[in-house]
Amino acid sequence: REETSDRERGRGAIGVSEKMTFTIPIENGNGVKNAEADSQRTLYPYVTGTSVVAIKYKDGILMASDMGGSYGSTLRYKNIERMKAIGKHSLLGASGEISDFQEILRYLDELMLNDNMWDDGNSLGPKEVHNYLTRVMYNRRNKFNPLWNTLVLGGVKNGEKYLGMVSMIGVSFEDNHVATGFGNHLARPILRDEWREDLSFEEGVKLLEKCMRVLLYRDRSAINKLQIAKMTEEGVTVSEPYSLKTFWDFKAFTNPTVGAEGSW
Amino acid sequence: VKTRTVFNIQKAKIGAPKRFGFSGLRTKKTPFSDLCLKSLEEEARRSRNNQRSRKMSSIGTGYDLSVTTFSPDGRVFQIEYAAKAVDNSGTVVGIKCKDGIVMGVEKLIASKMMLPGSNRRIHSVHRHAGMAVAGLAADGRQIVARAKSEARSYESVYGDAVPVKELSERVASYVHLCTLYWWLRPFGCGVILGGYDRDGPQLYMIEPSGISYRYFGAAIGKGKQAAKTEIEKLNLSEMTCKEGVIEVAKIIYKLHDEAKDKAFELEMSWICDESKREHQKVPDDLLEEAKTAAKTALEEMDAD
Repeated sequence: REETSDRERGRGAIGVSEKMTFTIPIENGNGVKNAEADSQRTLYPYVTGTSVVAIKYKDGILMASDMGGSYGSTLRYKNIERMKAIGKHSLLGASGEISDFQEILRYLDELMLNDNMWDDGNSLGPKEVHNYLTRVMYNRRNKFNPLWNTLVLGGVKNGEKYLGMVSMIGVSFEDNHVATGFGNHLARPILRDEWREDLSFEEGVKLLEKCMRVLLYRDRSAINKLQIAKMTEEGVTVSEPYSLKTFWDFKAFTNPTVGAEGSW
Repeated sequence: VKTRTVFNIQKAKIGAPKRFGFSGLRTKKTPFSDLCLKSLEEEARRSRNNQRSRKMSSIGTGYDLSVTTFSPDGRVFQIEYAAKAVDNSGTVVGIKCKDGIVMGVEKLIASKMMLPGSNRRIHSVHRHAGMAVAGLAADGRQIVARAKSEARSYESVYGDAVPVKELSERVASYVHLCTLYWWLRPFGCGVILGGYDRDGPQLYMIEPSGISYRYFGAAIGKGKQAAKTEIEKLNLSEMTCKEGVIEVAKIIYKLHDEAKDKAFELEMSWICDESKREHQKVPDDLLEEAKTAAKTALEEMDAD
């Protein structure tokens, strides 16, 4: 329940508590049930982002995601940045519930702030952030109140590249190329065939664009407005949003129902 | 001085108050008096022994045993004693320059075994604010922790970095809180809080009494009088932080008493446009430059 996790995080601040929860017991036949206990658990996601695809390349990490937020089957928001820099060394991309992603960004912001305040020349690297996120996701899942996201965490620290993923049930692993959601099914096969250790920046971008184009054609919640983020030893750069060139003039698309089953 | 809830039963000292109607151990049957009676006898015995060995505290005798007691001339002695704890520590200097804040601490090294860079006296309280502590180090840690928590909670509620004025008021209230109850002793440390927000760079000083004022130059600790004179000589409105770092180093080196205290380590931090308005340690090369400049200035003075 939310209050417990607030206390666990040790928020001993004066004044306003963030979550004012009121316990209203409900008569439920045999026993009294806490109404608010159920309404506090995440049951379904509402505004979701679609896949994120990421690869390691020669100088670091490349990550691509589109900028759409779907409200069920409606593509409601078209300007959501689903990739954010975390500190100096990491890049986080998320698919799934956008509000949970924003909450995760707040946790990480606090984590990074506390890390900065030590002012001792050290800073948290991608491996540490990945581990932290895995703990957060897994513990929330154990309370049946998950953060409905699949997260991709990439980064470079001291020359070492790192790329990992955490899902909403706390499954976490590291790999040379990861993708979430539909990307797992559509993009990863392409990456398995065409990924190499020593991809240059241009080759990496081309590879990612190929994956994103396939997703654009086949994933209904993808939009043609994507960003590519680059993470190297120097830092993070997230590109400006741009669109991919698509081709819809295939003969079958011009008159799709010609020759279909039952047509004349 | 430890504060105790002691009802002074000494009749021998001139001017000793008859508080709560006690002169001797005559008991009035109030619920409170029953509780205190036993401890009173013990305390009376202990205080009588202590009073004999306490020489310099004759000014506050009788009125200085609890932070909830005013003296006849309107002072709360416990708070003044707490300020004395601050005056015994190494000097802390803070100045507000044109484009930021510079803070410096004269860290007296207790033992040669200590690693340089350990026992930080200047702490970051948030990205844009930092605190330098003088006095009892453990008390200072508590104040810094509280300030960090206040800054974090403000940001999580209002979505913006806490204005330095607001933060200093919250910290001052917290310090003041510990001067209101007999079961809490005042903090034995003073704090210089520097920050950079929308209204520009600001410097505040919070004393153990809970007072907080805004300054353009502040000093606490052993050499505070000398430091204040030196700061007043500077033209702060025209100075940049880079120059300020060198000036603060010069001041601290100047007022360090080689005879009384042994070695010291200079710890400095700044918040300025150069540090991207973030509180951080002064970069090592600038710190070295400041130290050499300070040492040469000292030698020139000695040569005169």
